[in-house]
Amino acid sequence: MRMFIKNFWKQVLFFAVFFTFWEGSVRFFRIPDWLLPGPIQIFREGITSFSVYSSHIIPTVSLALFGLLIGSLCGAITAIVLHLVPALKDMFYPLIIMSQNIPIIVLAPLLVIWFGFGMLPKVIVITLVCYFPVTISLLSGFSQADRELKHYMLMAGASKKQIFWKLEWPGALPALFSGLKIAATYSVMGAVIAEWLGAKKGIGVFMTLSSSAFRTDRVFIAIFIIVIFSFLLFLLIQFLEKLAIRWRPTGEGNNHE
Amino acid sequence: MSELRIEHVDFSFGELQVLKDVSFSVAAGEFVCLLGPSGSGKSTLFSIIGGILKPDRGAIWLNGENITGKTGYISYTPQTPSLMPWRTILDNVLLGQEIHGVRDEEVALSLIERAGLKGFENRYPHELSGGMNQRASFIRSLLSPQTMILLDEPFSALDEFTRLDMQKWLLTIWSRYRKSILFVTHNIDEAIFLSDRILVLSAKPATVKAEFAVPFARPRQEEILLSTSFLDFKREILQALRSDSI
Ligand SMILES: Nc1ncnc2c1ncn2[C@@H]1O[C@H](COP(=O)(O)OP(=O)(O)O)[C@@H](O)[C@H]1O
Ligand SMILES: [Mg+2]
Repeated sequence: MRMFIKNFWKQVLFFAVFFTFWEGSVRFFRIPDWLLPGPIQIFREGITSFSVYSSHIIPTVSLALFGLLIGSLCGAITAIVLHLVPALKDMFYPLIIMSQNIPIIVLAPLLVIWFGFGMLPKVIVITLVCYFPVTISLLSGFSQADRELKHYMLMAGASKKQIFWKLEWPGALPALFSGLKIAATYSVMGAVIAEWLGAKKGIGVFMTLSSSAFRTDRVFIAIFIIVIFSFLLFLLIQFLEKLAIRWRPTGEGNNHE
Repeated sequence: MSELRIEHVDFSFGELQVLKDVSFSVAAGEFVCLLGPSGSGKSTLFSIIGGILKPDRGAIWLNGENITGKTGYISYTPQTPSLMPWRTILDNVLLGQEIHGVRDEEVALSLIERAGLKGFENRYPHELSGGMNQRASFIRSLLSPQTMILLDEPFSALDEFTRLDMQKWLLTIWSRYRKSILFVTHNIDEAIFLSDRILVLSAKPATVKAEFAVPFARPRQEEILLSTSFLDFKREILQALRSDSI
């Protein structure tokens, strides 16, 4: 985070240059609005049509958060159960790894057929896409528990429960949070794609409506909202991570993100 | 009465026989060193004494109770300090007590102070040096309810200067608490300087090849490390170590 702040002005500079170049090119080459509007026009539209899209934000945000919560919870519970019952892990772990190679999102149309256009199929899709990264990260976190410490605790007479709560669970927290960060990104993507397939309200709906009307400026507005929401979600998880993991040396674990 | 007794222990990892007819004992309050080449099976022997591996043959006794394959009777200090990075030094040294449902912060704090770690009790292990962590990890064993402490090459990762300081510190603190210590090392000087008795292990499969009572009085000063009698004694042990490699 400190690295991030220290270099913040460089990122601001990058965006300033990027948007200037964009605006300049659009004006210079006289690119039509329906093809590529300039950032100034998008910004203006963002303000004037606020009342048009504002009602679409909350449904998407709550859908993504709800799916993320349920998916992560199910994922964490699955990981804990598989970890504590090795026989189950032997059976299911290879399947879970294999499922990594399937883009879960392709199930969305099927779920719409089965469960209609309401909330349920969307929540199921988001739950599924969030479930696997959390399960896999947490399981790998458990398996990385320090062997020497485990030996120490076993020889000292620790119970399975003590080893789990005092050693394996706290040790797996960093892995859990990296899984949650992946899941957060997936949850926003899942929510938008699910809405493309059919919904009454939502950023995905606003996007498809704008796109079919060739309101490219509004498509960009939708994109910016999604980007900002994803980023805020990421910051929220990072904040929770900071609360949960206070022991990590400063700097480590943040630079690579 | 001997506190810990190892009787005719055999152990193999599959085809590989690691321990062969290992027998020895450690008296109450005694400091015994196990000296043997790397890979001879010293850590394996500790796992057997600690009850997480079962010997193919033989038994482990503690104060007349058969503890073969039972955990919770000894306190083990691994080679690396193995403190929990998410626990403060204070919480780390109390771990051994916590496992048995007690938590005596006052005693812990006084031991932390005696180990020269005062002011660090609320710091995390990554904020301390290797030697400091090793001291904390030893305090964890001292605070544990068990009277038998197994130390597995605790100083091998430290530099020469830190190691001598740590050895002297260990002797001071041990003379005060008088727990029984079984100390694994492959450093002959360390074994002589620290222990009452030295058991020399042979290479694979390991068995107790020779046994030496250390003739130096306590408290020991570091000057003895350079005395002629020390060197003579070291030569004797070296010969015992060499003879088994033939
Ligand atoms: N879990 C294991 N499975 C198979 N072989 C092992 C295992 N642990 C140790 N060994 C082997 O047993 C021998 C003794 O190992 P160890 O007890 O760690 O030796 P030391 O502590 O004396 O260096 C070594 O040859 C090692 O390769
Ligand atoms: Mg070893």
